[in-house]
Amino acid sequence: MPRQEAAIRAKNFKEVALGYTPDMAAEEASRCIQCPKRPCVEGCPVNIDIPEFIKALREGKMADAVNVLKKTNALPGICGRVCPQESQCEAKCTLLKQKAPVAIGRLERYLADWERENKSSMPPAAPLPPPTGKKVAVIGSGPSGLTAAAELAKKGHAVTIFEALHVGGGVLMYGIPEFRLPKEIVQNEINFVKSLGVELELDAVIGKCDTIDEILAEGYDAVFLGTGAGLPMFLNIPGENANGIYSANEWLTRTNLMKAYLFPDYDTPLKVGKKVAVIGGGNVAMDAARCALRLGAEQVYIVYRRSEAELPARKEEVENAMEEGIIFKFLTNPTKFLDDGKGWVTGMECIQMELGEPDASGRRRPIARQGSEFVMNIDTAVVALGTTPNPLIAATTLGLKTTSHGTVVADETTGKTVKDKVWAGGDIVTGAATVISAMGAGKRAAADIDKFLTNL
Amino acid sequence: MEVGKTTRELGLLKTGDSIMSLTGPLGLPTHIENYGTVICVAGGFAVAPVMPIARAMKQAGNKVISILGARNKELIFWEDELRSVSDKLIVTTDDGTYGRKGLVTEPLKEILQSGEKINLVVAIGPSVMMKFCARTTQPFGVKTIVSLNPVMVDGTGMCGCCRVVVGGQTKFACVDGPDFDAHQVDWDLLAARQRTYLEQEKQAMDNWQCRCGQHS
Repeated sequence: MPRQEAAIRAKNFKEVALGYTPDMAAEEASRCIQCPKRPCVEGCPVNIDIPEFIKALREGKMADAVNVLKKTNALPGICGRVCPQESQCEAKCTLLKQKAPVAIGRLERYLADWERENKSSMPPAAPLPPPTGKKVAVIGSGPSGLTAAAELAKKGHAVTIFEALHVGGGVLMYGIPEFRLPKEIVQNEINFVKSLGVELELDAVIGKCDTIDEILAEGYDAVFLGTGAGLPMFLNIPGENANGIYSANEWLTRTNLMKAYLFPDYDTPLKVGKKVAVIGGGNVAMDAARCALRLGAEQVYIVYRRSEAELPARKEEVENAMEEGIIFKFLTNPTKFLDDGKGWVTGMECIQMELGEPDASGRRRPIARQGSEFVMNIDTAVVALGTTPNPLIAATTLGLKTTSHGTVVADETTGKTVKDKVWAGGDIVTGAATVISAMGAGKRAAADIDKFLTNL
Repeated sequence: MEVGKTTRELGLLKTGDSIMSLTGPLGLPTHIENYGTVICVAGGFAVAPVMPIARAMKQAGNKVISILGARNKELIFWEDELRSVSDKLIVTTDDGTYGRKGLVTEPLKEILQSGEKINLVVAIGPSVMMKFCARTTQPFGVKTIVSLNPVMVDGTGMCGCCRVVVGGQTKFACVDGPDFDAHQVDWDLLAARQRTYLEQEKQAMDNWQCRCGQHS
């Protein structure tokens, strides 16, 4: 996959991956042997009919290929860019053990981009069924909410999405950076969902402006909770409130949603120092580190308490980050932040770790090596340890059951919660996970809600 | 009363104009009950949030003594509104151009020293004013509520930009506040965090003024 050169792309917010040319797409599509077992379909959390869209692409039937994709996946432009295909569809590909799996993700991305650029060549969408007269409230316009809304609208139900922020998309807009997922593409996908008749109400902070019970009392027949996991986790070590120490949520929101990189055209800058330490090893940590580089940091570190093998981030993002010159400090854990006496961070005291026996997550447990403390000189830190659900919904909704992590309890298959007429899916149920698993949850819940509404 | 670039931009809007986004109410509401006698202190622009609080306190049966202070006469507003919901109103200006010359903490201290039983003080205004009101009431052991105004991004608890330390614990002013016990607030940390973007704020203002051809 052609990419912007590392030294150049580390200074701009343009998309890193440049996409296949038509020749590359045709060549890759013909690698698929259309095997009868089709294990790739099972590997996809939304069960896209992968061999079928690849076949249509190979035969040059672009519009057909797009339709196959869109039948099961309302947001193909997004999945093709952010799915960890290496652990999903491509991991199951029959060709995995031979040369290499078919680059399914890249083909999906190619198709989605083609559709955006060739809208006029697409046949008109299938007409929607007659309105059922049933109303569904979807809380949150992130991947699970957008998917649930699209699926329900396609069945003829009246759907309103309530979004707390001033633009839709959730993590797609505020979390994943421009250079991985251009916001124009996200807006395009949102517009597609709206074209199905879905209403999007912005600035609607459910739990504050209205509660779930008030929404049900207004006459909605069902509610889907897709509010994600937006509460940042901090290290809770001394000095963590000094200036220059950010949660990854704040860092990414200011950068991507609020366009810090376009200051002063936008009034929401970031104070980026010369030496930035990002604490964490997931996709969010990679995103935060690569944003820091593009915002002008001279040196960016990823500080992770386990080793490279345990990094949870998508392989491609780790490779990209390393290529761009980010320094990875493995087996390192911060213990304290130091400041300059005027409230600004100047250093981070760390301790070296070593790996012991596996813990509950199956990964080897990091243990501090006594006496190995050292100080990293930094002037900015971004804490990217993970997020849990914002407690606002659970705190203001009677009868909802939650776990000690703050996640909402819901049936794994249907997304139904213990509260009457309320379903949930995505990060609010699983804790922080992937865009595609949130979409899968949105789909399954929509199917169950549709069944419920039909039987009303 | 326009200080920064954004309020000046807002000030240029006319009736009928619109802005892109508005949401609320966010945070936790001020706790209103019949405490007995409540002193409401408003520093400058903060007469805006103080007035409805004074009104609610009065409606709940409290005796309300209000103190309204600003740097000079031009910056005093809503004096009549605040007077109409208070049993007594004292107005101060730093430079003496209106009302009593001095800071709001002076009449506040006098009332506390007079022996009158005060059950609660609500003080809202610039951070340094709230800090000094807290210092003034502390020796008298009177419960004091302040409304903290750190820099905020989303206002719903997703980013932690608004973190303040109260009673040694980190809180998010946007969801746990904005009201907090004044005697527990780490005022130095709040002041430091409010200065984070001073340089960029000036840059934004200069940039905007140049583009609009406006110079104050």
